[in-house]
Amino acid sequence: MLYREAGQFKSTYAADSAILPIRQDRIGLALILLVAFVVIPLTATPYLFSAILIPCLILALAALGLNLLTGYAGQLSLGTAAFMAVGAFMSYNFILRIPGIPLLLAFAGGGVMAAAVGIVFGLPSLRIRGFYLAVATLAAQFFILWCLTKVGWFTNYNPSGVITAQPMVILGYAFDTPPEKYLLVLSIVTLMALAAKNMVRGNIGRQWMAIRDMDVAAEVIGIRPMRAKLLAFAVSSFYCGVAGALFAYAYLGTVEPEAYNLDLSFRILFMIIIGGVGTVLGAFLGSAFIVVLPIALSTGVAFLDSTLHLNVPSSVGSNLELMVFGGLIIFFLIVEPHGLARIWQITKEKLRLWPFPY
Amino acid sequence: MTAVRAIGDPVLRLDGVSLAFGGVKALNDISLDVREHEIRAIIGPNGAGKSSLLNVINGVYHPQQGTITFRGKPRHNMDTHETAALGIARTFQNIALFRGMSVLDNIMTGRNLKMKASVLEQAIWFGRARREELANRAKVEEVIDFLEIQHIRKTPVGRLPYGLQKRVELARALAAEPSLLLLDEPMAGMNVEEKQDMCRFVLDVNEQFGTTVVLIEHDMGVVMDISDRVVVLDYGRKIGDGTPDEVRSSKAVIDAYLGVPH
Ligand SMILES: Nc1ncnc2c1ncn2[C@@H]1O[C@H](COP(=O)(O)OP(=O)(O)OP(=O)(O)O)[C@@H](O)[C@H]1O
Ligand SMILES: [Mg+2]
Repeated sequence: MLYREAGQFKSTYAADSAILPIRQDRIGLALILLVAFVVIPLTATPYLFSAILIPCLILALAALGLNLLTGYAGQLSLGTAAFMAVGAFMSYNFILRIPGIPLLLAFAGGGVMAAAVGIVFGLPSLRIRGFYLAVATLAAQFFILWCLTKVGWFTNYNPSGVITAQPMVILGYAFDTPPEKYLLVLSIVTLMALAAKNMVRGNIGRQWMAIRDMDVAAEVIGIRPMRAKLLAFAVSSFYCGVAGALFAYAYLGTVEPEAYNLDLSFRILFMIIIGGVGTVLGAFLGSAFIVVLPIALSTGVAFLDSTLHLNVPSSVGSNLELMVFGGLIIFFLIVEPHGLARIWQITKEKLRLWPFPY
Repeated sequence: MTAVRAIGDPVLRLDGVSLAFGGVKALNDISLDVREHEIRAIIGPNGAGKSSLLNVINGVYHPQQGTITFRGKPRHNMDTHETAALGIARTFQNIALFRGMSVLDNIMTGRNLKMKASVLEQAIWFGRARREELANRAKVEEVIDFLEIQHIRKTPVGRLPYGLQKRVELARALAAEPSLLLLDEPMAGMNVEEKQDMCRFVLDVNEQFGTTVVLIEHDMGVVMDISDRVVVLDYGRKIGDGTPDEVRSSKAVIDAYLGVPH
């Protein structure tokens, strides 16, 4: 397998601005999609679907949403999980209160409501930035969860606050087994990732990056910072909202505020730091990494425990997880701020030239 | 060369413009005009208020006093994205490129006002969004050819040497097809060859597209060579205004700025 673009000349700007201009990348993506849509559904175990693949895809979607806002538009947010919660609770209420509403429309409605809330909490970004903006979004995290807990309407006055999610039915077909849920999630995530890729390679993506890199220069060429930033909050929160609805309906099976705590916001932030800030691929790499790492660690610890009879106390596993996470975050922030996606890109550049150094 | 271009009526006029930062009077009662198709230079010692003047013209700073008349419409101050829409583009003294983006993307942002497709259309990359992207890409390629930067099209701007970064910044400004181009020390820090290239580009832009140019420059040779009229600032005041020859022989200018009589 040679990774070369020699001989692949682009004769039109359309070909040159395609999503993946290099043929090997297109073949690679086609293979990944083939595996994801055909091979995995035929071979994977229910455990793999429910514990790894489904959460991985859903959190990748949320990380993608955050990456549009933070990585592309440069606005740091710690309220990701709260925007997800808005999506989940509003989808729940749409299905509950509008009989016969199509499921996908309810999810999209949840996303739109999250986008509206995102715009409101994005308003401070017009005045403040960086650390102070992060604190403002932190306020969103606490305020929104507080509202969802205290205002009975959202939970339909359910005394426990934990609601069972309605079954997922599209055109009379129920998606209730793990492979079915997986395929539904995969389809939604694939389409939304494609849309994200289109946005970031187009005019709006360039506007976001321009605001992120140098706002005065962006204004001088006619970009309106207010519009671009609020649009970033809206689109990002829409992605998070849909991810939140999927998290409740396809993964947890329940709709509950506690699932969307600050911890989840931070996990999603770590995903884009490790995966790669400002890339679409990074959201997926980061999510896979953070979902799989704890499982790999605990399996590893259990294996050592049983073979070497170390009698490792059960707390070691989770502490080890925190330590490895902490170490990795610091490593990526200092050594490779563009994350795994950048490492992948460098490898590709090397491959393109290999075996000649120039 | 000057004979070929027909210099027209004033397109931009400043009347009694004053701008202060706290106690510092960056601009003090400045009046001047810029005529259609001319190359107008602004010179003056460091801290004279040259950059501030450009910032007032394109709305980055709002003056406390005075009026600015652009294409017959007087106003108290300009608004940045409004000036962009009116066809005023500029480059900065300290390079203000978008560092995380490629040369091509930087120049494409210069055309953001020409693209009208909604976010939804862009997300599905269909119809108007796709058409606009390709049409504007073709325009940007013209600018790239004009400034001879084809070879660095895909390079992240951060990796370019200083001289080329300045050229990319000019490209981004030209991509907007401005009628008035403001250049803040486009040749500062360049070697002789790069300066010559830049001079040639400025003259070509002016000649081929009829773009009016306002240029800040420290290199007197360059200023005397390419400009039609020169404004001299010192401590925020205008101390000279006229053709290069008039300015060169003005007593006030020699005392304040040139130091040595010619
Ligand atoms: N944003 C600002 N805040 C405070 N003071 C400023 C600001 N911008 C400019 N000044 C002051 O206004 C005066 C004029 O500055 P300006 O940058 O316009 O000078 P200049 O002629 O461009 O100088 P140079 O040749 O060094 O670029 C200086 O005293 C400067 O310190
Ligand atoms: Mg200056």
